[in-house]
Amino acid sequence: MQVSREEILHIANLADLNLKEEEIDTYLLHLQEILNFANIVNNAPIEKLGETIGVSEKVNAFRKDEIKEFKDKESLLQNAPEEEEHMFHIPKVI
Amino acid sequence: MEIYELTVQELKEKLDKKEITSKEIFESYQARIQEKEKDIKAFVSLNDPKEIKENSIPIGIKDNINIKGTKTTCSSKMLENFVSPYSATVIEKLENENIISIGKLNMDEFAMGASTEYSYFQKTRNPWNLNRVPGGSSGGSAAAVASNMVPWALGSDTGGSIRQPASFCGVVGLKPTYGLVSRYGLVAFASSLDQIGPITKDVRDCAMLLNIISGHDEKDSTSAEKEKKDYMKNLEKDVKGLKIGLPKQYMGEGIHQEVKEKILEVAKKYEEMGAIVEECEFNCSEYALATYYIIACAEASSNLGRFDGIRYGYRAKEFSNLKELYKNSRSEGFGAEVKRRIILGTYVLSSGYYDAYYKKALQVRTLVKKEFERLFKTYDILLTPTAPSTAFEIGTKSNNPLEMYLADLCTVSINIAGLPAISVPCGIDSKGLPVGMQLIGKAFDEETILNAAYQYEKIEKFREKFRPEFKEK
Repeated sequence: MQVSREEILHIANLADLNLKEEEIDTYLLHLQEILNFANIVNNAPIEKLGETIGVSEKVNAFRKDEIKEFKDKESLLQNAPEEEEHMFHIPKVI
Repeated sequence: MEIYELTVQELKEKLDKKEITSKEIFESYQARIQEKEKDIKAFVSLNDPKEIKENSIPIGIKDNINIKGTKTTCSSKMLENFVSPYSATVIEKLENENIISIGKLNMDEFAMGASTEYSYFQKTRNPWNLNRVPGGSSGGSAAAVASNMVPWALGSDTGGSIRQPASFCGVVGLKPTYGLVSRYGLVAFASSLDQIGPITKDVRDCAMLLNIISGHDEKDSTSAEKEKKDYMKNLEKDVKGLKIGLPKQYMGEGIHQEVKEKILEVAKKYEEMGAIVEECEFNCSEYALATYYIIACAEASSNLGRFDGIRYGYRAKEFSNLKELYKNSRSEGFGAEVKRRIILGTYVLSSGYYDAYYKKALQVRTLVKKEFERLFKTYDILLTPTAPSTAFEIGTKSNNPLEMYLADLCTVSINIAGLPAISVPCGIDSKGLPVGMQLIGKAFDEETILNAAYQYEKIEKFREKFRPEFKEK
């Protein structure tokens, strides 16, 4: 499949990434090369085969619904890029 | 013999007999790091334990596994200053046995790469030839073990990231069956493929470390509820009658001649030991690599969505609204390969392409699983090269993503099917670089590949015959 400039910019936007003007061509070239290579999956004999999303045989992993308090709030907040009065600081949203 | 040259098994024996102390062990490794790290650049950070308990043994940890109170960077600018609020389950298990980290090891950013060149911090060099890559993404772990800067290490393997660097650096690396080792506290790359595993000097140490880190963990919902095994128990068993399949497709196009020759020599040695080796067909190898990159990138694009510059990680200095904060932080915080994979992953999951790529890849995944099931009806284990070549020169593939992906040719299908596989050194090529062989086992049958690997190692005596020279060649 041929990827256009508009498409790669759309995909980058979906992924919350900026591509600089001078980067676009390189990303486009690499993506096209990888997709050309990946196209081989369309030749695989997979008719009637189901999809495997994981290899674990489990369907569900249950545990008791118990509250376990994580007391070390400081260790979480120390990683905040910006913090104010024990809260994560973010720019105005509304 | 210096303390740092000993295997962990030998260290334990000497500790038990009180011939050495743990303090001496730590000091020996710390002195070795002082001597070799300037050439190898395997560490992202060093840890100097304040107190060394009796019977304590050091270890090196790949920098995508969390240790409470220390930095976990994933070799990314995004997490350059991230301090772990909790420890991974594997770290708690190690600490219960007095096995203490002496440092966090370099890797390709977020484990995406096959050479450790995509680290934000530094390029790790191969101890066997300093101009060559150590492999990746656990290149720091493999290089540190190969240069005796740590007695053993933990890595993670999503498509070959333990086995391929182990092969390039002449050490042993094991990817356990999916679900055998808890992923709690491992920074996620592709959750349905990731596993933590040992990188060690020899097979015995590998079994010993697997004994410690394996087992069910309720904090990882994909963790298998299996009875705990002793992986040391069956090492000494002979391999008479063991049925080994040698898939033709991993001995053909794309595999270097010298690597092929070494694998055929290995097959011959197994026959001499009484095993039955037969050539066999692995009929979907040509689809496996493409399938792997579709699935791994799709999962990565979703997993890495959490890095948004809000609660942790890098935040851009300039932005005028929330969307810009996300976009600028991610664009400045991630390196080129990570962005490339996020874009590919987003593309194959996006409307219009989901059916053509992602859905097909999931169906091929079923095909790969079935193909292994078919082979394991006849064979106990499979033998292949670990990598198509020995270690390549630094800088030769880093600008050509597709060529870099080919380094994973022999390893990815194992992750797709969730099987265990081990890489063991099986000689050196004409350039003096280690060649690795890969043994693939049935799900949760690590015992058989460890046994076969150990029996081979005993006659090959790689560690006695060869050692890295730490030279630029």
